[in-house]
Amino acid sequence: MQDIKLNSNYKSKYGFNVKEDFVFKTPKGLNEDIVSQISAMKHEPEWMRELRLKAYSIFLSKPNPTWGGDLSKINYDDIYYYLKPADKEEKSWDDVPQGVKDTFERLGIPQAEREHLAGVKAQFDSEVIYGSLMAELEEQGVIFLGTDDALKKYPEIFEQYFGTVIPAADNKFAALNTAVWSGGSFVYIPKGIHVKRPLQAYFRINAMNMGQFERTLIIADEGSYAHYVEGCTAPVYSKDSLHSAVVEVIVKPGARFRYTTIQNWSNDVYNLVTKRARVEKNGVMEWVDGNLGSRLTMKYPSCYLVGEGAHGEVLSIAYAGKHQHQDAGAKMVHLAPNTSSTIISKSVSVLGGRSSYRGLVSVTPTANNAKCRVECDALILDAESASDTYPTMKIDNDTAQIEHEATVSKVGEEKLFYLMSRGLTEAEAMGLVVSGFIEPIVKELPLEYAVELNRLIELEMEGSVG
Amino acid sequence: MLLQINNLRVSIEDKEILKGITLKLGEGEVVALMGPNGSGKSTLAQTLMGNPAYTVTDGNALFDSQKLFSLEANERSNLGLFLSFQYPSEVTGVTISNFLRLIYNKKNNTKISPAKFRTILKEKLSILEMPEDFMSRYLNEGFSGGEKKRMEMLQMLVLEPKLAVLDETDSGLDIDALKIVAKAVSYLRQEKGMAVLIITHYTRVLQYLEPDKVVIMRKGIIVKEGDSSLAQELEDKGYAPFGE
Repeated sequence: MQDIKLNSNYKSKYGFNVKEDFVFKTPKGLNEDIVSQISAMKHEPEWMRELRLKAYSIFLSKPNPTWGGDLSKINYDDIYYYLKPADKEEKSWDDVPQGVKDTFERLGIPQAEREHLAGVKAQFDSEVIYGSLMAELEEQGVIFLGTDDALKKYPEIFEQYFGTVIPAADNKFAALNTAVWSGGSFVYIPKGIHVKRPLQAYFRINAMNMGQFERTLIIADEGSYAHYVEGCTAPVYSKDSLHSAVVEVIVKPGARFRYTTIQNWSNDVYNLVTKRARVEKNGVMEWVDGNLGSRLTMKYPSCYLVGEGAHGEVLSIAYAGKHQHQDAGAKMVHLAPNTSSTIISKSVSVLGGRSSYRGLVSVTPTANNAKCRVECDALILDAESASDTYPTMKIDNDTAQIEHEATVSKVGEEKLFYLMSRGLTEAEAMGLVVSGFIEPIVKELPLEYAVELNRLIELEMEGSVG
Repeated sequence: MLLQINNLRVSIEDKEILKGITLKLGEGEVVALMGPNGSGKSTLAQTLMGNPAYTVTDGNALFDSQKLFSLEANERSNLGLFLSFQYPSEVTGVTISNFLRLIYNKKNNTKISPAKFRTILKEKLSILEMPEDFMSRYLNEGFSGGEKKRMEMLQMLVLEPKLAVLDETDSGLDIDALKIVAKAVSYLRQEKGMAVLIITHYTRVLQYLEPDKVVIMRKGIIVKEGDSSLAQELEDKGYAPFGE
């Protein structure tokens, strides 16, 4: 088995930042000029500029949501909306600037690539800096590009699908993203193509107070299969930072797509993400979503099951530590007969952290024989921490079968004593209980992510006991 | 002396359970601690291992010349003390194989591979007549009473302690399961010279693990000590003659 090297010190691994070396940066704050400037910098077609401007006006017209977490501290005028660290996408690793390389080096990306990656889309600030596609993918006709690049190279397919699953008017942050988006991935899997190795991308915020607004668009054509994986870590900064991404996935008839995210934002980041899949006849969409870190995360991956027999799944882990609020969950909208969905959500709260499960299951009158199973389990590690559940069910069809289970548990002294009597320290015992609790989801992750996540949990535990 | 307990007094939630226990146990010795329900036997076991729910109010204990009560449970384990729990906790999501390898590595200060560990485990599983596929189950989750007891014995075999405290490990077992437990204990006695403190209500287990000493406890104090014939006396007359 392969040995995965991990740094033992959390701060040096995740709390560093390399020197910023930007080619272009818009001023702080946002107005119509800046939106147009972003579009011009990217040499975009007119329709995109107009869409951005329209989205900007929607953003202005919508108030901050009053549910979920506390958004009142976000100062939209104190954020950089666009940075461009290099002129063009790099073709080879040798061309990547040294500072960027150092960052990736510390994240372990080059090793990971050598060993595992089918293709890398590593986002450094607002642009995709480095991308490589293996010949295998190219031969299969798979498109895996930075979103900006895809707009230039495949304008027709782009215009056909962009914003169709999540229109700008969907919510305030979808509008903001549509106005200022930059970077992200574009994936097209042709009919009947099965991509064996996961497609991977890494995102990272590296400039003080900058927002990151990546936009990802994925089309899995009929009968295709692929797994997309992204991982996030962010350096520690004292000022608030905003991450507001939009991910749209279109699963065509009979296709199967899995989207895995492990995010570990630094404690000052607002992580407000809209992720949605449109699933057509007999298609399968799976969201695997791990949320660590951030000041506040509001994220509810969703599946719109529009075709008969479509299936949606969300497996999510939320870990809320000190000063953190994880408001995460899932949405399943059953719009066609014989559709099915599963939501499994697990949360861990420690050191005063708060985690909330917020979910919506909706079954429309036309969606006969829909099945849905929801399971949410919360683990609370100390008396200061909290967990709450907001499950909403809108069932407008008598034939629906809905199951909902929820558990809340605490780590008892008895259990810790039992494990410690076998030679484990208190932190190790606690870590074991936590990793066991999230194991059903961790086992769905690619190996290196599973190892990394368990290591993170261990480090968190070391900091949280005695 | 491997274990020396002097005038030990222990309370739980301000209620005194142990009222001055003095007990000695030599290297490789087998001592049977008997007594009716509520006499404080399990309290003694839990206190020796370091359960934070129990408060030592007086007395001390030396294990391998170390003061036991100033150590955390894991430090006591590292010294070679093992407790077979009467009610082991269930830990979901943690496979037995991973757990056992973790505690083996901690104990031996090593990092052996899963494959290598499987070889080590094989022999121990055969002593306990446990199937190998058992190892992929989660620790104690959904186990029957008998399976839990065997799991405790498996952990003992992995840790190879100097002293194993068996807290009613025999209760609720049929005769075949009891023999298997006895086999595991005898194995470590022979191979490693392990000492044993057997806490039990019944003399049955003592047919398989002959004690060097039998100690009878009632209401938090030791009322009688003797050789293995004392167990036979108990079997014939019950606890009544040893009362008050």
